[in-house]
Amino acid sequence: MNQPQTINQSAEEFLKGLWKENPVFVAVLGMCPTLAVTNTAINSLAMGLATTFVLVFSSLLVSSFRKLIPKQVRITAFIIIIATFVTVVDFVLAATVPQIHKELGAFIALIVVNCLILGRQEAFSSKHPVGLALADALGMSIGFTFALLCIGSIREILGSGALFNIPLFGDGFEPWVIMILPPGGFFTLGFLLLFFNWLQQRRAKGVGHRA
Amino acid sequence: MDELIWIFISALLINNFTLTYFLGICPFLGVSGRLDTALRLGLANIFVMLITAVCSWALNAYILPYAPYLRLISFIIVIASTVQLVEMAIKKLSPELFRALGIFLPLITTNCAILGLALFATNKGYGLVEGLFYALGAGGGVTLALVLMAGIREETRLLDIPKVVEGTALNLIIAGILSMAFMGFAGLFSAS
Repeated sequence: MNQPQTINQSAEEFLKGLWKENPVFVAVLGMCPTLAVTNTAINSLAMGLATTFVLVFSSLLVSSFRKLIPKQVRITAFIIIIATFVTVVDFVLAATVPQIHKELGAFIALIVVNCLILGRQEAFSSKHPVGLALADALGMSIGFTFALLCIGSIREILGSGALFNIPLFGDGFEPWVIMILPPGGFFTLGFLLLFFNWLQQRRAKGVGHRA
Repeated sequence: MDELIWIFISALLINNFTLTYFLGICPFLGVSGRLDTALRLGLANIFVMLITAVCSWALNAYILPYAPYLRLISFIIVIASTVQLVEMAIKKLSPELFRALGIFLPLITTNCAILGLALFATNKGYGLVEGLFYALGAGGGVTLALVLMAGIREETRLLDIPKVVEGTALNLIIAGILSMAFMGFAGLFSAS
């Protein structure tokens, strides 16, 4: 009797991270990596996957130990767990894809202070059973990776006229260098948020009409 | 001495933590609504950064050579606990300073700019004095960005802004323009 309900609930926790509570576009969490490493699509993807790994495994661990961690020191415990997984990711990336590791630089280590990860532990994993925590972590990280990939693709297409290092336009294309520089990150996310605001308002108005 | 000044200027303007490295964006977008809060947050930031510089230098020089894989964990724990200790000390010794920095101290500890400072300073191999100058510059840069942003946002409150643009979208676009302006400082290097 209980089974279908839990599956439904897991699916719901998973789906909310993708769009309705998307960590970047809706909650505006985890801004440093979102803006700093999204100058190419491949870097964004690497950052998204690294964050996914850390978030999923931290959620798994935090949720399995949720009854053992004393309430007073929970934040410290979360941070130690997160920092451990980030160290793992840091070493794995350095060993397997040294080029990308070099480009991301200190921002891999800075996943530790990504508010998204700590926020999910505090708000969700520490209060829910392992299955639900896993669904939530997966949804949130896929949403995060998707958002990063969005921003990264826009910036790479406009800034260097390519996607995943494959040139898209002919020689006549003049790249908008500003897009791969820091201001481009602010502008891209700013205009994306603007676009989503606009969509939301239009939908709200549409509903008002029908009612 | 020249080199120290360059470290300071470069962290303050050319490689501004907030506007070119995107560190400490959360408070930059969240707490920059009013000028006086922004200023106090910035000062608290400088303060914590100076402590961090000392801690990370000591850790890096004396402990991490034996256990390099503990770098991240030790940085974050030592910084967090030191800040907490200092917070207690200030509360006892100077209630006035405590009121000014108040709730910002614990908030700042988990700020990416702080860990970023520790990582960048050790990556660059700075010694204690260089690290302190770097921290002063970086903290000053964060304060500068916060204060500029708060000033602009106070102005925008009086303007007639379309509803779609309001909120984070507008702040990000303002930040983008500020960041563009700060790119101009990159020319300082070639001028020397």
